[in-house]
Amino acid sequence: MGLAYLTFIPFIGAAFTTVSTRLGRYSSAWVAVITAAASLSLLLPLAHDVMAGQTIIQHASQWVPSLGLNIAFRLDGLSLLFTLMILLIGLVVIIYARYYLSPRDSMGRFYAYLLLFMGSMLGIVLSENIIQLLIFWELTSLSSFLLISYWQQREEASRGARMALTITGGGGLAMLGGFLLLGKIAGSYELSSILESGDMIRQHALYPYMLILILLGVFTKSAQFPFHFWLPNAMAAPTPVSSYLHSATMVKAGIFLLARFFPALSGTPEWTWIVTLTGLITFLTGAYIALFKHDMKALLAYSTISHLGLIVMLFGIGTPLAVVAAVFHIMNHAIFKASLFMLAGIVDHETGTRDMRQLRGLRKYMPYTALLTMIAAASMAGIPFLNGFLSKEMFFAETVEHGNSMALPWLLPLIVTAGGIFAAAYSIRIAHNVFFNGKAEDLPKIPHEPSRGMQIPVEILVGLCLLTGIFPAQIAGPMLSVAVTSTLQTTAPDYQLAIWHGVNPALIMSMVAVAGGILVYRSREALFTLQSRFDGMFEAKRIYNGAIRRLFNWSSSITMNVDNLSQKRMLWLLFVASIVMGASGFIVHDAPLAGARTMLPVDPMSAMVAFIMIAAAISTVVMHQQRFTALVLVSAVGLGVALTFIKFSAPDLALTQLSVEFITVVLLLLALFFLPQRTPDESDRLRQGRDIVIALLAGSGVAALSYAVLTREYSTIGDYFISNSVSGGGGANVVNVLLVDFRGFDTMGEITVLALAGIGIYAMLDKLKLLSPQQDEDGRPWNPDTHPVVMATFSRLLLPLALMVSIFILLRGHNLPGGGFIAGLVTSVALIVQYLANGVEWTRTKLPANTHPLIGSGLLIAASTGVASWYFSYPFLTSTFHHFHIPLLGDLELASAMAFDLGVYLVVVGTSLLILINLGLIHQVSYQPRITKKNLASPTTDSDTTPSRSAALKKVLPWKR
Amino acid sequence: MIATAIHIAFVLVSAALALNFWRLLKGPSSPDRILALDTLYINTIALLVLFGIHIGSALYFEAALLIALMGFVGTVAMCKYLLRGDIIE
Repeated sequence: MGLAYLTFIPFIGAAFTTVSTRLGRYSSAWVAVITAAASLSLLLPLAHDVMAGQTIIQHASQWVPSLGLNIAFRLDGLSLLFTLMILLIGLVVIIYARYYLSPRDSMGRFYAYLLLFMGSMLGIVLSENIIQLLIFWELTSLSSFLLISYWQQREEASRGARMALTITGGGGLAMLGGFLLLGKIAGSYELSSILESGDMIRQHALYPYMLILILLGVFTKSAQFPFHFWLPNAMAAPTPVSSYLHSATMVKAGIFLLARFFPALSGTPEWTWIVTLTGLITFLTGAYIALFKHDMKALLAYSTISHLGLIVMLFGIGTPLAVVAAVFHIMNHAIFKASLFMLAGIVDHETGTRDMRQLRGLRKYMPYTALLTMIAAASMAGIPFLNGFLSKEMFFAETVEHGNSMALPWLLPLIVTAGGIFAAAYSIRIAHNVFFNGKAEDLPKIPHEPSRGMQIPVEILVGLCLLTGIFPAQIAGPMLSVAVTSTLQTTAPDYQLAIWHGVNPALIMSMVAVAGGILVYRSREALFTLQSRFDGMFEAKRIYNGAIRRLFNWSSSITMNVDNLSQKRMLWLLFVASIVMGASGFIVHDAPLAGARTMLPVDPMSAMVAFIMIAAAISTVVMHQQRFTALVLVSAVGLGVALTFIKFSAPDLALTQLSVEFITVVLLLLALFFLPQRTPDESDRLRQGRDIVIALLAGSGVAALSYAVLTREYSTIGDYFISNSVSGGGGANVVNVLLVDFRGFDTMGEITVLALAGIGIYAMLDKLKLLSPQQDEDGRPWNPDTHPVVMATFSRLLLPLALMVSIFILLRGHNLPGGGFIAGLVTSVALIVQYLANGVEWTRTKLPANTHPLIGSGLLIAASTGVASWYFSYPFLTSTFHHFHIPLLGDLELASAMAFDLGVYLVVVGTSLLILINLGLIHQVSYQPRITKKNLASPTTDSDTTPSRSAALKKVLPWKR
Repeated sequence: MIATAIHIAFVLVSAALALNFWRLLKGPSSPDRILALDTLYINTIALLVLFGIHIGSALYFEAALLIALMGFVGTVAMCKYLLRGDIIE
């Protein structure tokens, strides 16, 4: 279980960081440090076994066993390497960010996002199940989105975040398809069996499709050409994020997958060509563009792209030695690039700019930072005695080797050396341009050395660069060997980690690259002028933006073609379409309309109720222009529906229908107050005629359909529930048992939605001011008596009775008609009537005004009855029941579902009160001067007219500030 | 005996319902209609109780109870609307 805990600790830590900010500004940094350290401490005992060559696989729990999905974790050499990188660089970044963020930035939010990312990234590298891996994969895209847009007020931050999410999210979608195919081919989603069935996978007919889908995910995430452009735009993130996510870890997730699936997918011509070429193009373009970027972070971003391309290319070449070089370069790049980003952050932090046209001569002000930058940049350039040199030389050697197998053996080494020249040139630029190159002047701030807190993290990383560069076999050797072994899934090839291999092609290429780099850098001014002619011509970002814009235009033009914002037209189309489809079914297939069932006899009572319903419905339509009358008439229809439910033995439905009916009447009356009392004529005669015909056809169609269904014999799923209700749910009322037990999870979702809707309505009404009419429809002034005594008195009498009824309905709901939903509605009607008859002010003094806690506690009760069943190791929301004997009351049966029903009750009461009362209050301080018919009930935004509104609201809504 | 009585009661209540409904349609003023709807509720209660006695079941009693309770509220709300326009103030 250790690995599961290790992965989930950062998620828990993320929750704590936000809370901890209450204890002081820096406490969240401490929480983050402790979280990372806790994960690390869980890793170390396991790391020992892995270094000894073991693969640890832990099955944490079942997930969807019927689909072969289990939650399982895997730790082998490769994942150990990544886990260490994530946690150690994470730790260093956490410390660095503590000093980097300015007092205006919310630290809690930053660390919460960062830990969220850390957990997701750990999930990727530690997952044994590939679907589980994909979920963590998507989580890294999401947390990266949050981190890039951390400075929300900046336009480029939100744009960069959206772009990154679109590209990586789209890639994730493709990868899901690839994983599903892979699971189908391999017959399992577990990595262990996928890695073993490499031959079968490569020979499968679906292999090319699966490969392309997975590679799409890999290339988008690891910023490979042509999806590379999101990475430079992600540089809008705070620098610690760029250092952690966008150089060391997240962009390596794609590369991690290449390594992970290497034994299963590599070795085919498709793999070699696609992966090698993509890597090569990315390596070259990245290196080339990087030189011309004047922003330090943009330069580093393109150089990251270039180095990622280098690693991808090595995996494409695919020889065991190339894999050694790739894995080694993953480590080395993470270390020197993370430190370079931090150094760029220091320069930005202390000078106020990252523009290399402005920055120069900083050596005088920050000599130590200059030294650190020179070492890290030298490592990036591939200078001996630094870690970057070692893996880059391995890379050169591999390209020579691979080139030998091609028609033109000198071509690949030549191209790669050209890339190396640019890499050396931009590395020199970042050190020389910023710290030498003349005198520093015109900087936004006077530069000085940063605080120690920002230097120490960089020192650690730069120290690692040096140590690995000088003692490679001692420092990186053991880790590299187990990582390579688990990547290849066989024994690692013979290789030697040493600085001096003798004079060989790779060394010559290294020398040429560095020398060429110096030359290119010296002639940079001419190159910049040349390049500026092509500025913006081949920008992938522009193509992306154009594509996105076209997509939006296209979708909105489709929408506008269907929906021209005329509701009449939409309804017309909808009804005609359904009539045509329904009728065509009747015409094409000849089945008799009526089935074999005999009709029940018609009794005069039912006939009359039916007649009243029909007549009331028709007259509602006829009189719909007089809105209040239509409301009264439609109430009669509702009553008829309730009676029909009763007649056909559905008392629960009838009770629900009745309660909803009255709540709706109150709701409509509240809304109607602000609306014109009469609907104006909206259609001419001809259209009315057309609409009547369509309406009649559609209505008769539905009637014919229900006739056809109801006259046929059919079996329902109801029988199952009826026979299992008492034995399975401990209640005789099937409807209620269904709601709180068999389908308890649905109900849980529904009350959550209800609560959300209530809160949403509350938020929307919060600042809404509406003018209210000063007289009624016929021009009579309102009755000055706001709360007539008779009404107030009788309503107060009603309250205890109504509450008793609702409790009665709540308690017996499990066995007889009733339940939490109906009881909740009855209670809220009983309370609403107090507001109605006695006024808000009076009622507020007697009742707690704030219904939010009611809603919250309802949800909590419902959820905790669900969670409680976990404690007894049953699935969520399993209910239990027991018979108790209580003196005086006799035998009682109590089901845990009743507690759940109580939750439903509370949510319903809270939400309906919240909505209705706030709707009633939106006109609280109305516009006093004379109102003419013309501007009746028109909403206003003029704040001058309602100066006392907030004061008045404070009086009646004490929670409102 | 009770069966006959119930049948007669059914006929009478039905007639009352029909007449209430007529008033509901005809109006002419809004108070007329509210009153008609309220009386319709009351007669429905009678109908439900009669139906319960007729088939010897207490299951329909709650529906009648709810109509009694909620019908009152509905009527109050509608009357308040006519009087003041705003029903919650």
